Amino acid sequence: MFGLSNPQRFMAFTGPLTPVLWGLAAVLLGVGAWLSFTVPADYQQGDTVRIMFVHVPAATLGLGAYAALGVSSFFALVFRHALADAAARAAALPGAAFTALALFTGSLWGQPMWGTWWVWDARLTSVLVLFLFYLGYMALRASIDDEQKAGRAAAVLGLVGLINLPIVKFSVDWWNTLHQPASFLTPGSSGLDPVYLPPFLTMMAAYGMLFAALWLTAIRTEIRRRRVMTLRARLAQEA
Amino acid sequence: MSRRDVDQEPRPPGLRGATRVLLERELDLAWGGGGGPLLACGFFVCLTAILPLAAGGDPRTLGPVAGGVAWLALALASLLSLERLFERDMEDGALDLLTLGHLALEQVVLIKALAQWIAIGLPLALTAPVAALALDLPASLTPLVALTALIGGAGFAFTGALGAALALGAKRGGLLIAVVVLPLFIPPVVFGAGALERAGSGQPVGPALALLCAYVLFAAVVAPFAGAAAVRNAQG
Repeated sequence: MFGLSNPQRFMAFTGPLTPVLWGLAAVLLGVGAWLSFTVPADYQQGDTVRIMFVHVPAATLGLGAYAALGVSSFFALVFRHALADAAARAAALPGAAFTALALFTGSLWGQPMWGTWWVWDARLTSVLVLFLFYLGYMALRASIDDEQKAGRAAAVLGLVGLINLPIVKFSVDWWNTLHQPASFLTPGSSGLDPVYLPPFLTMMAAYGMLFAALWLTAIRTEIRRRRVMTLRARLAQEA
Repeated sequence: MSRRDVDQEPRPPGLRGATRVLLERELDLAWGGGGGPLLACGFFVCLTAILPLAAGGDPRTLGPVAGGVAWLALALASLLSLERLFERDMEDGALDLLTLGHLALEQVVLIKALAQWIAIGLPLALTAPVAALALDLPASLTPLVALTALIGGAGFAFTGALGAALALGAKRGGLLIAVVVLPLFIPPVVFGAGALERAGSGQPVGPALALLCAYVLFAAVVAPFAGAAAVRNAQG
């Protein structure tokens, strides 16, 4: 596991892995989409239940990407490892995109179900704060010229932002909100109708693969970008 | 000079002395140059004055949002002098001296945040009840406004100091601090304005106050360490 913290070995290992992940993500997304459109409509929600297959995985990955960012930030800060810093940086944009997608599809779902595009309930607000953390992280990174300093300052912010994750996760249990409480993987709850499990799980897996592919590709791009920067600096020195 | 004299060179000021000196210096800088508290209070009053002009002066519309608006203005006014908190010391080299001094950098960040609270948070906490009254908040709630503003101001000072440390050496630092810090300001605003709302509708305010205090304590623990790490990084 930690052998991969060597950029050289990381590149060699992820080189063949990344296209496989992209392929898996594409196949799973295709199958998931087909399943999502062929399951019967819900007796209560009608066709809008299908939004779930886009919305819930996006929200999960929005949180998951921040966890990845936070853990990478920790390793970047404590062990001063360049690869961890690249990983933290690479997780920010996909994470922000997933969170934005969750907010957007949630809004589309809220309109027919709750009769409103947006309410200031705990879950929605804390997810919005998560999105703001992503923006702050990227803004901080972008506005400090020295890349190493920018990376470390952003890592501190990334760690502080981890506090928000449990708040998002448990907001529906701690506060009485309009957003429904966790229904999947909750012991004792009636949970999801088994009919919806195949498309739901497929889409979850598809989003997971998609994030893994996006993340690895972005890390690889970042490593290459740094190599180019180093080469340029060396050339400039020699000239 | 005899050997004995050398041995009895003036003892360095102890930890307590160094803390007091730094706190006094920070307060002098905040109160003295530039009128930080006056600026913050003036900004606060301006924001309060704009709301009735923008939303109409009807007491029936203003009353219910008075507490919330007071908290919004409080959060924004708390941002004002953050940019100078570390930047000024960084530019003139005082921050390097502070790093070498008796106090750990964590303590320096803590003291700077405390000074920020005393110099900016306290005057704002005194202004907030007046502003809330002007917006037709019931007079019985004004002590609670002052109390929550005072506690919340500490939270703003701690997280604000953290944001100011993070933005050291950044371009457009002031704007960046706002983007970084305002998400962190959300919990105290929720709990503080929530306490006022609960009090207004006759519910107990204890839980909201407890959460507000919990946030402040949490920030007081995290901010010095994270802030010191950020300062070291900027000096690096």
